[in-house]
Formats: sequence, structure tokens, C-alpha cells
Amino acid sequence: MATAVAKAGPAESVEYAARIEHVSKSFAGPVGRQLVLDDITLDVAPGEFVTLLGASGCGKSTLLNLVAGLDDPSSGSIKTDGRPSLMFQEHALFPWLTAGKNIELALKLGGVAKNDRRERAEELLTLVRLQGSYDKRVHELSGGMRQRVALARALAQESRLLLMDEPFAALDAITRDVLHDELTRIWAETGVSVLFVTHNVREAVRLAQRVVLLSSRPGRIAREWTVEIPQPRRIEDAPVAELSIEITEQLRGEIRRHGQQ
Amino acid sequence: MASSDTKSGLTDTRQARSDGNLQTAGLEAGLDALENVATTRTPFSVTFRAKILPPLIATGVVLLVWQALITFNVVTDPTKLPSPGDVATEFKDAWLEGKLLGYIWTSVERGLLGFLLALAIGTPLGLIVARVKFVRAAIGPVLSGLQSLPSVAWVPPAVLWLGLNNSMMYAVILLGAVPSIANGLVSGIDQVPPLFLRAGRTMGATGWKGAWHIVLPASLPGYLAGLKQGWAFSWRSLMAAEIIASSPDLGIGLGALLENGRNASSMPMIFEAIFLILFVGIAVDLLVFSPLERRVLRSRGLLVKS
Ligand SMILES: Nc1ncnc2c1ncn2[C@@H]1O[C@H](COP(=O)(O)OP(=O)(O)O)[C@@H](O)[C@H]1O
Ligand SMILES: [Mg+2]
Repeated sequence: MATAVAKAGPAESVEYAARIEHVSKSFAGPVGRQLVLDDITLDVAPGEFVTLLGASGCGKSTLLNLVAGLDDPSSGSIKTDGRPSLMFQEHALFPWLTAGKNIELALKLGGVAKNDRRERAEELLTLVRLQGSYDKRVHELSGGMRQRVALARALAQESRLLLMDEPFAALDAITRDVLHDELTRIWAETGVSVLFVTHNVREAVRLAQRVVLLSSRPGRIAREWTVEIPQPRRIEDAPVAELSIEITEQLRGEIRRHGQQ
Repeated sequence: MASSDTKSGLTDTRQARSDGNLQTAGLEAGLDALENVATTRTPFSVTFRAKILPPLIATGVVLLVWQALITFNVVTDPTKLPSPGDVATEFKDAWLEGKLLGYIWTSVERGLLGFLLALAIGTPLGLIVARVKFVRAAIGPVLSGLQSLPSVAWVPPAVLWLGLNNSMMYAVILLGAVPSIANGLVSGIDQVPPLFLRAGRTMGATGWKGAWHIVLPASLPGYLAGLKQGWAFSWRSLMAAEIIASSPDLGIGLGALLENGRNASSMPMIFEAIFLILFVGIAVDLLVFSPLERRVLRSRGLLVKS
């Protein structure tokens, strides 16, 4: 199935998909500079699936934007293995193009030859199980289908690192479950590294090999968990629930600290 | 399926995994089908009843009232209000003399040429104003202010600058239409969602590539609205110019026809000219701009079906 999709394997000399070293970020706020991210150090290994977990406003999107190169850190350094692709909570598909043409635009900007684009776009649509939706307009697709096209478009960039910023947060629970299965399958099939941001603890545990908990104000790495539960997992699985409870306790502790100050 | 050399335990997990995959696929297909919105084209009879019939009836009512005013001697002076029949005769005579299409074409040719010229100037101007901060600060306010200046105000200076000729007409059209077109593009570009720009940047669409693949298509609805308004302004400016600057060398366009009607105190001729001006304005909008705008909006799902 979908064997034609290239494996985005690691380049020889690079032992990371992303290397974040001592990164801090502050914004000019109404009361002077506000420190949002404080001394973040994090590696994403080639082919690894890492979820970044934290309360709303803790700086998850800020960190992802920095890794994507959309903004520069105030201090520290970020290195990635090639330009990462980025998926947002909103699908960000271009409404003036069809589903297929959205994917082809990414291919074109990535330098794929004109004659190969159509076939490659169809392959990617098949990968996200949307074969036959090439000519669909964005507004004709459901929320889940839009996110799958957005995923196909992100994969079209052939990046070794896929950054995802709460991509399923706006979907209903049934659709979200299905997309978890799909993402896990596609990650295994393509070998792409994923840095996945969420505020949903169970989602983080359901998907990741490693969960990184971010504290708030400023955002610091509070703790990390390696998730040994074999895939395919389900969000209802007992081991998933168990670990989720442990992580939730820690997360609540982090949040409580702010109430005491 | 599993190849023969795999151990049975491994085959089992693979089997389970591929079963799970199949189930997900089926589930997903079901979800997609449930969310699928059926899009059907409205049949012509419905469009006819909803969109075409009402204006036809309205026109018929106006004609009836008009005729009634004359039949029942409410208005008795034909130099103030000619009968519909008189105006129809005026049209027929102009048609039989072979002049009717000439009047229309003289004005339409000027209007379209002027509009295309305005397009060629207004588009790059809008791009520069939208993208270059200094230019925007310098001429942005003037450009949007110019939209509220009635373009007939440009006719006297244009006559003194260029004389009574076609160039003067084009100058008036340009001064009327260029600000609309440029402003439409500027507001179209301003309204491009930042999310699209960020998505484009992560895909490598920066600089000119970003402008071509993201900014321009995203701003198309605003640009089209500007074009539509630009045409309306072109047409109005042109009529103003033709009425004020009618001269035998310029040929008789619709504005000149109106002015001739006034000089000859011929109410039917004046009505003829007014109807033609209205007709051309509506026809261009109905045949060119509205379909274009509808197509763009519909393809983006921005047009709510009524
Ligand atoms: N461009 C910006 N300017 C000023 N403050 C910002 C900017 N972007 C983010 N912030 C602030 O940084 C904090 C973290 O934001 P964000 O990364 O979006 O959080 P999260 O994605 O974890 O919910 C918020 O308090 C937000 O107000
Ligand atoms: Mg966020």
C-alpha cells in the first residue's frame, strides 16, 4: 500500500531531525519584555514522534514557529535537517485551488518537475485515503478531510520533520480518533519525524514515543516521559489512561503553582 | 499478505494490524460520506422564477405606469414627458438610419479602451501602494480620497490641458477609474489572512513567489470588486466628458446624443440617450463583471446559495 511514497530517511551525517539548544524567546509586552520560552533544549531524533504538551498560552506555538523558521529565537540556536513542514490547527488550505492543486503547489515550490506532480499528488491523496478527491474544492470537504489534505500537502514538501500545531483540536472526537490512527500509520509508513503540539494529554500519550511537558510562564521543559506502549494504541487503552493520569497530575501541579504566587 | 518465511506470531500481529487498518479505512469512508454535502445545480426554471422574472415584471409595471400617465392625461405636455411610443419611434428611426449601433459603439469603445488603460495603470499602482510602506503613507490617503471626488470635476481641467479630443476623454476616465482599481487591489491584499502567508512561507513561497502564488490569488475577490467599481466610474466619467465636451469632430457617442437632445429640445431623444447609457452600464456589469465575480466567489465557497 502506498509504497511509492518516498521514505524521508535521515541524511547520513545528521543525527537529529531538530536540535533545539538553550532557546529563549521574549516578546515586547505592555509591561516590558515578557519571557515566553526559557532555556529550552530538546532533540528530535530522525524518525521519532515527540509530542509537546502544555497548558494554553505556555508557548507551544511560539516554539513551533521558531523551529519552522517563521520567527527567530531571542537567544539559543535551532538546527533542523532541512526545512520542516508545518501543519496548523486551521487547515490553511488555499480556497482558490482544488485539493489536488493545493498539494501540487507544495510540490512545485519544492521543485518537483511539472510532469510528475499530478501523479505524486494522487499518490499523496491515496496515502491519506482521499483518492478521488483531487478536484474537490476546499469548501466541499469536511473538517477531517481538510486536515487530511493539509497533511498530504505537508508531506508533499518531502521534509524530514513534520511540525504539527494542535492539528486535530477543532475536530469532533470520532474524527479525531480516526485521524490519530491515520497519523500513526502514515508516520510508520513514511519514516518522517514528527513534533506534535497539543494541550490534550491523552492525545499526546496516544501518539508519541516521547512526551515533553512544558510549564507555563515562562515555558520550560518540566518533565519528559518515554512511552513504551506498542502501537497501534487506542486512546481508551488502560496503559494510555494510566500514563495520562500521571502526566495530568504533573500538569495540574505546574498550573497550581501559578495560583499560589 | 504475510510471506511464508515469517514466524506465525509475527504474522498474527501483522494480520491484526492490517485488519485494524481496513477498519479505519471503512470508518473513515463512512465519516466522509456522512459529511458529504450534495451540490446540485439549480434548474433553469427556478433561476428564471427567482432571478429573471422579477426585474421583467418591474420593467413592465414602470412602462404601464408611464403609459397610464399619458393615456389618462396626468401629464399633458409631450415636451416634458414623451409617450413610450414616441421614444420607441426615436429608437426605430435611429436603427433604420443605421446610427443606433454607432452611438453605442462610439462610447463603448472609448469606455472599454479607457478602462483597459486604467487597469494597466491601476494594477501595478495598487501593488506598489499595498507593498511599499513609504508609498502607502505618501499617496494611500490621497488615492482613497480621490474615489469620493466626482470625476466630472476633472472635465474642465482636462479640456484646458488636452483640448477637445479623445485624449481628454481618456484622461477623465483614467482619473475616475484608476483610484478604484488600485484601492480594490490594496484592500484585497490587506485582507489576505496572515495564516495563508505563513503557510506559504513554510512551503517556500517568499518574495515574488509568495506574491504570485499566494498574495495575488488570495486578493482576487477584492481586486474584482475594485474592477467592477472601476468600470462604473469609467462609464460615468466618460458620460460626463461626452456631455460637456461634445464637438462634431469627436463623433456622436451617447453623452453627445443626450446633449444634442437638449439642444434640439427633443425629449424622446433625451430619453433614448438615457436608456442607452443605462442599458450599456447594466449590460457590461451583467455580462462581464457579475459572472466573473460569481465564478471566483463560488469556487471559493464564498457565495451562499439563495
Ligand atoms: N507575536 C507575539 N507578540 C507578543 N506576545 C506573543 C506573541 N506570540 C505569542 N505571544 C505570547 O506568548 C505566549 C505563548 O503563546 P503561544 O505560543 O501561542 O501559546 P500556546 O500555543 O502554548 O497556547 C502567550 O502569552 C502569548 O500572549
Ligand atoms: Mg497554540
